[in-house]
Amino acid sequence: MAEVKLHGTLLSPFVYRVIWALKLKGVPYEFVSEDLSNKSALLLKYNPVHKKIPVLVHGGKPVCESMVILQYIEETWPQNPSLMPNNPYDRAHARFWIKFAEDKGVAVWKMFRSTGQELQNTMKEALEMLQTVEEHGLGEKKFFNGDNIGLVDLAFGSIVYWLQVIEDAVGVKLFESHKFPRLHAWLENFKQVPIIEENLPNQDEMLVVFKRRREQLVASA
Amino acid sequence: EMEGENEVKLHGMWASTYSKRVELALRVKGIPYEYIEEDLRNKSPLLLQYNSVYKKVPVLVHNGKPITESYIILEYIDETWQNGPRLLPQDPYQRAQIRFWASFIQQQLFGSFYKLISSNGEEQEKAVEEVFEKMNVLEKGMKELLPEGVPEVDGNNFGVLDILVTATFGPYKAHEEVFGLKVLDPEKYPLLFSWVQKLNEIPLVKGVLPPHDKLVALLQFIKQNDLKPSS
Repeated sequence: MAEVKLHGTLLSPFVYRVIWALKLKGVPYEFVSEDLSNKSALLLKYNPVHKKIPVLVHGGKPVCESMVILQYIEETWPQNPSLMPNNPYDRAHARFWIKFAEDKGVAVWKMFRSTGQELQNTMKEALEMLQTVEEHGLGEKKFFNGDNIGLVDLAFGSIVYWLQVIEDAVGVKLFESHKFPRLHAWLENFKQVPIIEENLPNQDEMLVVFKRRREQLVASA
Repeated sequence: EMEGENEVKLHGMWASTYSKRVELALRVKGIPYEYIEEDLRNKSPLLLQYNSVYKKVPVLVHNGKPITESYIILEYIDETWQNGPRLLPQDPYQRAQIRFWASFIQQQLFGSFYKLISSNGEEQEKAVEEVFEKMNVLEKGMKELLPEGVPEVDGNNFGVLDILVTATFGPYKAHEEVFGLKVLDPEKYPLLFSWVQKLNEIPLVKGVLPPHDKLVALLQFIKQNDLKPSS
């Protein structure tokens, strides 16, 4: 089988989406750590357009953008577990939520980088995003993908798990269990999936790093 | 795959680039459909019900079930009606590349177009630079994706990239006339320019793109009233 490499950084939610997908599929890969303050020639060659991680390199060919990578993984290794629904209509539905996660999930990262009025705005965006998912995304299902997790769960898993740390680092509280009972229940189930459980960064350790970054950001704001 | 009773409706808007993408796909595949024109200032209750999250066009309704987001609709159409020309390649790597560029067009390119038409003075000058930069990136990207140049396109050979390029740049003359800026410059972006010329010759495309004068009038109206273009 052609070799698989994942270029990324530790503690990136986008990188973790790819790690989860590869591990769920049982695809062996090599992790290549990138220093974003000093981007490697290889990274710039593989992702000349955005110069970002993650980049999946399969048999020497790069795939960029975490959700594009996830769909690539699902289509290249379609074996169990299947991470997308098996009929076109439900797949269109899943893709809708994937796009929603891509487009609206940014509010969480923006929140981390913002202060003052900007912070108020991004918090509002993040709350709206959560509300929409709570109301329209899950329904009565255990996971977005039904009885088992799928790509949409990976997309939101990274957003919500990282949000919990970012909230603490910024000193705000958005994701409250009484406001988002479905999402809270879903997150608990998500974290208990064996592959996910084994591949979740520790939130206390994350908080130390994120708090430090936040202090630097605020100081230079 | 399922031929059965195939009731297909498209809620769209005649000037919407996203709506046009879906019309092109339906016609390439030869899928009969009912078209419902939406007044975006007075959206139908049906539209609001079908697209409760975004309340936008286009919405494809297949046997009563709604699908939203134009690129997603294109993939749905390709997967559901598998006879006729394929809109997407089967190879996962090629599909990933197309998805990457579809996302670039929507987020990066359209983002900078929007900044261009909604800003003034110095802000707008910066926005112009940004548009040219993104167009450059797109031109380079398409050159790499299509090393043999633009493939022959006609009513039977029409893929997702052709659809995106047509819907985005097909009406370029109307855009130039209203905004006084040559974005699709043949000297800067020869591949994109020649691709669009080829596409605009195809009867299928001529039958779908908005009429020039009508589009110019709408864009003038939007520009004069500082309105925001929306779907």
